[in-house]
Amino acid sequence: MTTAPVLNRREFLKTGAAGGAALVIAFHVPGSAYAAAEDQEKKPANPLNAWVRITPDNRVTLVLGKSEMGQGAMTALPMILAEELYLDWKQVSVEQAPTDPKIYDHGTGGSGSVAGSWLPLRQAGAAAREMMITAAAEHWNVSRDTCKAQNGGVLHGARKQFLTYGELVEAASKLPVPDFNTVPLKNSDDFTIVGHDRKRFEAAAKSTGAAKFGIDSRTPGMEYAVIARCPVFGGKVAKFDAAKAKAVPGVRDVISIDAVGEGAFTSGGVVVLAANSWAAIQGRKALNITWDEGPNADESSESLRKHFVENAAKPGKIVRNDGDADAALGAASKKIEVVYELPFAPHACMEPMNCTVHIRPDGAEAWVPTQAPQWAQEVIAKVSGLPLEKVNVHTTLMGGGFGRRYQADFVMEAAQVAKATGKPVQVLWTREDDMQHDFYRPASYHKMQGAVDAQGKVAAWKHFQSSTSIAAVWDKNGKEKPEASEFATAAFIPYETPNFRVEYALAHSGVPRAWWRSVEHSSSGFVVETFVDELAAAAGADPLKFRLQLIGDARKIPDFTNPKENKPLDTTRLKGVLQLAAEKAQWGKPLPKGVARGIAGYFSFESYTAAVAEVSVEKGQVQIHRIVYAVDCGRPVNPAGVVAQVESAAVYALSAMMKDAITIERGRVKQANFNDYDMPRMKEMPKIEVHVVMSKEDPTGIGEPGLPVVAPAIGNAVFAATGKRLRRLPIKPEDLA
Amino acid sequence: MATTFILNGKSQTVDVSPDMPLLWVLRDTLNMTGTKFGCGMALCGACTVHINGEATRSCITTVSSVAGKKVTTIEGLSADGTHPVQQAWIAEDVPQCGYCQSGQIMSAVALLSKKPHPTDADIDDFMSGNICRCGTYQRIRKAIHRASAPATKAKSA
Repeated sequence: MTTAPVLNRREFLKTGAAGGAALVIAFHVPGSAYAAAEDQEKKPANPLNAWVRITPDNRVTLVLGKSEMGQGAMTALPMILAEELYLDWKQVSVEQAPTDPKIYDHGTGGSGSVAGSWLPLRQAGAAAREMMITAAAEHWNVSRDTCKAQNGGVLHGARKQFLTYGELVEAASKLPVPDFNTVPLKNSDDFTIVGHDRKRFEAAAKSTGAAKFGIDSRTPGMEYAVIARCPVFGGKVAKFDAAKAKAVPGVRDVISIDAVGEGAFTSGGVVVLAANSWAAIQGRKALNITWDEGPNADESSESLRKHFVENAAKPGKIVRNDGDADAALGAASKKIEVVYELPFAPHACMEPMNCTVHIRPDGAEAWVPTQAPQWAQEVIAKVSGLPLEKVNVHTTLMGGGFGRRYQADFVMEAAQVAKATGKPVQVLWTREDDMQHDFYRPASYHKMQGAVDAQGKVAAWKHFQSSTSIAAVWDKNGKEKPEASEFATAAFIPYETPNFRVEYALAHSGVPRAWWRSVEHSSSGFVVETFVDELAAAAGADPLKFRLQLIGDARKIPDFTNPKENKPLDTTRLKGVLQLAAEKAQWGKPLPKGVARGIAGYFSFESYTAAVAEVSVEKGQVQIHRIVYAVDCGRPVNPAGVVAQVESAAVYALSAMMKDAITIERGRVKQANFNDYDMPRMKEMPKIEVHVVMSKEDPTGIGEPGLPVVAPAIGNAVFAATGKRLRRLPIKPEDLA
Repeated sequence: MATTFILNGKSQTVDVSPDMPLLWVLRDTLNMTGTKFGCGMALCGACTVHINGEATRSCITTVSSVAGKKVTTIEGLSADGTHPVQQAWIAEDVPQCGYCQSGQIMSAVALLSKKPHPTDADIDDFMSGNICRCGTYQRIRKAIHRASAPATKAKSA
């Protein structure tokens, strides 16, 4: 019996699992007990069990190997399987895969689910289909060539016979699995599902309260727990008195858990276990804790900024150096020097972090709203001492992920509590816990210097960045380059210049940082697309024309930051979205008095996005009227889902630029809840229009690429309206005075 | 201490501390997890229920304060998702992660009970207490308009 070749991790990566997968590998901590399970070679799996489950009475269930966090994977990925299987979409159910990293590439992030699953799922679906055809042909004793898949079954043309997959599945499952590398894939001209709008599979459940999120997990005997963590990053419990807490009605016990320093690192703390969430929260309020604040108690936003400014006064580590930017700047008659600053940003998922775990001597079970079930499984296995096969992790729906739920800190804590008590326990985080114990988008400081020459070309572009690097958090041994996680497209800008210099200096911080929706693109997009706009203004040029001219001829620009990935920036596609967004926004046509437009275009996660923002400014308040997008993410599997993701990314971008910031005081986050970090509200929303390029290229990411163009498009529009540049976020009225 | 109220049309008695917020009584005591916890300070709207028909943030509503009153949760809008607002939500493909949507729908139903044909400004004012991190706001507005249109004039998707 032949078996399918192993779909190993490198295969998955090669097929386009974008920046996120690369980031995960880069942050593999060598020798760590919590090494990414991505490193496991995949074992061959029968697609008629791993991906497609069909009952003899013809009920079809497609298995989802990625997490659904609102981004639409639960709809788009089954669409790919359904297409190759010629299924009737109406008969399809979807089920979450069990956590088994030998079969499934579970990690969900980096806008990589559709891109990374495209080929493997097509192959799996095609293999299952071919097995069905073989089973039918054998049943009818006819040649395979006279059979074809159609409408959830196999048709034998000449005698017009039809067998459903339900009738065939028992025989088909016993057949050899075809070689995935050579199994014939459906002709894309024949697609009836992929490329057509589909409503979200689980929309009804999410509209009735029936959809179960991690925090809704309930298991018999479950206790509820909240944890008191040192508010200062890196601090710990010095001593505590639980007497009053234990006296709170409903509180069952109070224990402490240690901080974990590596991998899924946590701050430890004092745990209140109770009969319900409320009693646990009340019990925690009654704890008397003395903290050892640790080494970071002096850190503040002010001290960090001072650190940035000191770094910027010296040359940084050279990241890239084409030509001689300093000489060109020295010789330039028209040069500009500006500083951009971005703050820490919180994820603020609507569902606060939580995890439900039960560790028994013979096995463990967990219900986790996670983007990384494989990591959750590893953590629970390590804490419990059980082998991976005995750790059953159920991936639940989750109220937002945005990168926060790729972490396993909240899993680690719950596993520690579950191990200590032997009972099923749900550790839940309050909004304050979630706001103050996040892994934030880094704070960064960018000193930009540039010049335009007499021909209107960029004579020099120099980018110095100092930031609280993500890579520096995860690499305590100093083997990772701290700049590796901080530039992305800013280190291979599409704008031609002979003198391009990029420098970096790390700013040390005790604040935890990790992947926030669009990661380093959230700052790089703002910096690059604002600075090019400033150069356009210096050249007296139209911002769109200037960009198109500087992007220049059709060419493929290598990804300087991830050269091994070999996913270059295609200038034709970037120009395409800029021109389409401009056309749809009627760039150049008159606007009502006081309203102006700004544009931004950017390459991230192998996709191309451009946005035109229309704003007006009155008494220091920016009103955003409309954002018009053009997006090219290759072949859209579910175009309706693409639109939804871009609308979503736009609002997420607004949440980090319009009102509040995360600030640090005495080593702790100052903001606690939505009263001091308010989120965009319905009445503040611009109209968002999304135009999707119906490309035939392989699918690339769209969960995040909508984000990086928003802040610069709005800032550029504010400049067009007022002559004032937004150089720091969030927008403050005094910057517009 | 026992408190009795009418939950989705049926009498319900719970024996809990009188100051326990209704949100946690629903979620933890009664295992009705459709109503969500988002902030605990009535800032986000995820916990919205109806008390005697009025949209109320259950996270700051003590259970004792609802004694004898009618409480409606998302589960009580319909047995099977057929409430017109739920149908509009599905038709407009509103939810993304879905966590805020119980609260959004409960607020929308309350708005429509007061203003059957709200303007965009009415919707913005009433609904701005409900946060959505996935940015479904413009679809929510569209769904509310859809649910408010008379059946004969309902727009197609």
